[in-house]
Amino acid sequence: MTELPQATQKKLGLVIDLDTCVGCHACVISCKGWNTENYGAPLSDQDAYGADPSGTFLNRVHSYEVQPDTGPAQLFHFPKSCLHCEDAPCVTVCPTGASYKRAEDGIVLVNESDCIGCGLCAWACPYGARELDQAAGVMKKCTLCVDRIYNDNLPEEDRIPACVRTCPSGARHFGDLGDPDSDVSQLVVARGGVDLMPEQGTKPVNKYLPPRPKDQMPEIDVLAPFLAPIDQEPKGFLGWLDRTLDKI
Amino acid sequence: MTPKQPVLDLSPPVSDEIRKTTCYMCACRCGINVHMKTNADGDMKVAYIEGNRDHPINKGVLCAKGSAGIMQHNAPARLRKPLKRVGERGSGEFEEIEWEEALQIATDWLAPIRANAPEKLAFFTGRDQSQSFTSYWAQNFGTPNYAAHGGFCSVNMAAAGIYTMGGAFWEFGQPDWDHTKLFMLFGVAEDHDSNPIKMGIGKIKARGARVIGVNPIRTGYNAVADDWVGITPGTDGLFILSMIHCLMKAGRIDLDYLARFTDAPALVNGDPGSPEFGLFLRDKNGKQQVICRKTGKLTAFDQPGVRPDLSATHIIGDITHRPVFHHMAEKYLTDDYAPEDVADRCGIPAPRIRAIATEIARVAFDEAFELDHEWTDFRGDVHKTMTGRPVSFHAMRGISAHANGFQTCRALHTLQIILGTVEVPGGFRFKPPYPKPATAHPKPHCGVTPGKPLDGPHLGFVQGPADLALKNDGTPARIDKAFTWENPMSAHGLMHMVISNAHAGDPYKIDTLFMYMANMSWNSSMNTGGVMKMLTDKDTNGDYVIPRIIYSDAYSSEMVAFADLILPDTTYLERHDCISLLDRPICEADAAADAIRWPVVEPDRDVRGFQSVLCDLGARLGLPGFVDDTGGQKYADYADYITNHERRPGIGPLAGFRGADGTQAGRGAANPDQLNRYIQNGGFFTHHIPDGAQYYKPWNNAYQDWAVETGLYDAPQPYLFSLYAEPMRRFQLAAEGHGDRQPPDHLRDRIKHTMSPLPIWYETDQQGNDGFTITALTQRPMAMYHSWGSQNAWLRQIHGHNPLYLPTKLMRANDLQDGDWARVTSPHGEITVPVMEMASLNENTVWTWNAIGKRKGAWALDDAAPEATKGFLLNHLIHELLPPKGDGLRWSNADPITGQAAWFDLKVKIEKSPAQTESKPTTPKQKSPVAAAPKNLAWKSR
Repeated sequence: MTELPQATQKKLGLVIDLDTCVGCHACVISCKGWNTENYGAPLSDQDAYGADPSGTFLNRVHSYEVQPDTGPAQLFHFPKSCLHCEDAPCVTVCPTGASYKRAEDGIVLVNESDCIGCGLCAWACPYGARELDQAAGVMKKCTLCVDRIYNDNLPEEDRIPACVRTCPSGARHFGDLGDPDSDVSQLVVARGGVDLMPEQGTKPVNKYLPPRPKDQMPEIDVLAPFLAPIDQEPKGFLGWLDRTLDKI
Repeated sequence: MTPKQPVLDLSPPVSDEIRKTTCYMCACRCGINVHMKTNADGDMKVAYIEGNRDHPINKGVLCAKGSAGIMQHNAPARLRKPLKRVGERGSGEFEEIEWEEALQIATDWLAPIRANAPEKLAFFTGRDQSQSFTSYWAQNFGTPNYAAHGGFCSVNMAAAGIYTMGGAFWEFGQPDWDHTKLFMLFGVAEDHDSNPIKMGIGKIKARGARVIGVNPIRTGYNAVADDWVGITPGTDGLFILSMIHCLMKAGRIDLDYLARFTDAPALVNGDPGSPEFGLFLRDKNGKQQVICRKTGKLTAFDQPGVRPDLSATHIIGDITHRPVFHHMAEKYLTDDYAPEDVADRCGIPAPRIRAIATEIARVAFDEAFELDHEWTDFRGDVHKTMTGRPVSFHAMRGISAHANGFQTCRALHTLQIILGTVEVPGGFRFKPPYPKPATAHPKPHCGVTPGKPLDGPHLGFVQGPADLALKNDGTPARIDKAFTWENPMSAHGLMHMVISNAHAGDPYKIDTLFMYMANMSWNSSMNTGGVMKMLTDKDTNGDYVIPRIIYSDAYSSEMVAFADLILPDTTYLERHDCISLLDRPICEADAAADAIRWPVVEPDRDVRGFQSVLCDLGARLGLPGFVDDTGGQKYADYADYITNHERRPGIGPLAGFRGADGTQAGRGAANPDQLNRYIQNGGFFTHHIPDGAQYYKPWNNAYQDWAVETGLYDAPQPYLFSLYAEPMRRFQLAAEGHGDRQPPDHLRDRIKHTMSPLPIWYETDQQGNDGFTITALTQRPMAMYHSWGSQNAWLRQIHGHNPLYLPTKLMRANDLQDGDWARVTSPHGEITVPVMEMASLNENTVWTWNAIGKRKGAWALDDAAPEATKGFLLNHLIHELLPPKGDGLRWSNADPITGQAAWFDLKVKIEKSPAQTESKPTTPKQKSPVAAAPKNLAWKSR
């Protein structure tokens, strides 16, 4: 068992906007690229060109269809990575202390040199956010790009997670969710951001912004004033035209 | 256990060097930062690719394809050396040869063709981003048979836009993302202009703007749309014309805009007996004439102070000339376009059509706003402000790949124009070099002289029958029959008909088929099985019916197996390219911009950039544009051409850093240091349009002057939007019997019917479709581009499977469950494929992802790869010809106006099939010319 810090100085995390996520997987691949080349072991791929390719990803996008009571079915894209929970069960279950939550910013990490690849943490995570790399035999998970966000070798504007930097539709936001005045905290308030599966009691730091209601445009009947015909007869249309042109 | 936080290096080195170039994973052409690291062997390797924040297209973001570029660059499917076929065509049996031998073979094949009958070479390119260069080569060779892939991609969209308003959607224009409040998109492919559209949707949604998606399939952009209209495929034009009906009937249109900037007030000859019937009344300078509302006098449209009258008619002799707007009122106010009349066919309830029309009008007119920019129009009228109409539209292949697509695209532009939302704040904006009307583009040329260049550019915009590409005997001059009576306005050619026509010897036989980056034996052709037979068919002498095939590709695609000679290309990180203003540049609505690619790494294989090979081959063939005064090779390679070629004096492939000191933009002498300047600038060049010139560009003096300065035009060319397409009327007049150049009788009725100068909707040819009631479509995923993605180890983990998606109703009706198999039949063929249910889908439409299915042996994939076992193509169900009509003629499955391949007119029926182990039909394996791929990957450059 590994202990969690009593409190963290910051609660760094992601705010993901389900209203604008188009499901393009840009974040998935940007994450794969950065984390293959950087923190810890590369994210490997098994049977890469074969029958059942299976690689390690720290971030995946799932798609769900929803059939509302009225109106057409809807499709939602749901990106999912480690939520950097305050009460992270993946940390407390770790037998070696390899899984830990950083006291300074709350990021949950795996110290790969101490990881024995037992997989207990992946079982404990209710979100399925950890993947055991088959080549390295160590547990991999979202690092919140800990090797980017403080990195003096990057321009300041790039000191954000790779997934946030690359997201074309601007659906991913990064910041300190422990600071009520931060942009991300304000965004969560303004848009009614929610926890994922709060009943699990993990107190996730990452938040999701719910989609706006869809297919709400009221249907309009023929007599609605906005589209009232100017005249029922084609000749009347040309009469209206003349009258209107005189006013321009 | 107490926490034991390790000490982390929070500032590890990111890379040794960043090289900035241009992505090539789709047609977006984003700027990328390629992070390089020196590995243990001292070699610079590509380590990581991210978006370039300074770049005008993507501003730092990058899609999945772009970020996965490293896997494309290192793909095991990369060709390694020139190949000469040694087995039967289609088998994939090759031997590797040296470049000298390859180039000698090509020269020996091509030189006699050029000397005797240049039209016997058909040179067609696919995902080519250097069309101004490849067309120049073909023009110098002298063959009329050149085009790129536009004919089977989206020529309807491009041509309708240019003929109607001097510019199209696609990447040639964009919504005014900063001001628009309502964005409506029709049939948009998720892989084109994809980062700008995603960025734009994110931006406007953050402001609370409404997005309306019109698409039978609710994925991608349509999934985030506030309102989804799951229209019946092929009826978009009817829906749009119904909204036009509603808006005109309610007077919710921009009369001032129509009068000033469009041909709505232009007078049209009304004498049914006249050879000018339906043509514009023009003055002696050829200018359209209008009645000035202030003076009541007849005048050319562009005279100072003229206020064109939308309503006034003009009588000369006993002939009444009525303005276009009268014709529009007559056509669109009838109940033929009433929502109640079209609702069932479109699958959209009438009240919904009215609701959307109402909302569009409300935002356009009731949320109009003014930008404080004074501007002067071409008549000299000074406008104190710019009026914003914050409704914008975008559309792509979904509406254009039907046989009624050209008119549908025209209808959409008409809707934009009557709302006054084109080139205004909040609306749709052109990107340089657009606006540029059809009359400012070249006309097609087909004049062949053995041993000499063609008499002009191949492709262009016809204005009437006189411009068709016909021989003196009236037969088609081109192998693809572009610019003939079958498809007069085929501005991009018909690449999809080349193999079929060459095999049939219709209109004539060819000798050599030379193609670049086009997977024509597989996903880029209709009737894939038939095309493979055509490519391998032999005559009674045992010779191939299509005698020789040369192909250039970077990868082991399906098409490779059918070539006699392979010229292996580089990857996009190993080559020079220019994304040129002469071609399809990367401009933004407020700036001209172009870009380069440069070899950020050198190839580790014996491959050469195709354009450099053409420089070499052009010199070997003695093509005038490719030899110097002494007969030597003029351009050492493509980089040399990019730097030193001048299309017109001072105008070259790249607009930036011109002149000896590199300070000139647009016009200027060649600068030997130009490519270095681009590299130093991040791989691109931007030249901003001044404030006050950024909107109303077709009519704005300040923009016109800037465009001349920049070299986009040689003189100001203000023009009116063409609600009424006079070139189409000229073809109708011919079909009615006027003029010397007459269509064949069997096409007269079709030309009269389809080539209405005002947009119409017609049902596409349904002959043979009895019993086939379900529409079948394909889409391209955002994370995959055409056929390229499957060799990418990361992307194929996202899109390695392509089930046929069925709506709930069809799943139930056929007793199907996810993972079951279905036999899908069309009038042309059948496939047996796995199915999956999708609820957010038009209830009578099925679809699958495009080009996931692969032939065994291609793309260095394992034979057991799902792409090669369960993956499939709908192409087997689509014929390039319509079912025979009993007249012995070959009718293309294409738009009768432009020849655009009508992919999305496909109708099928579906029945449950016993479970299969592989999709059907199966194609025998091709032998791979490259080594087997590695089993596992654990990438790290250092």
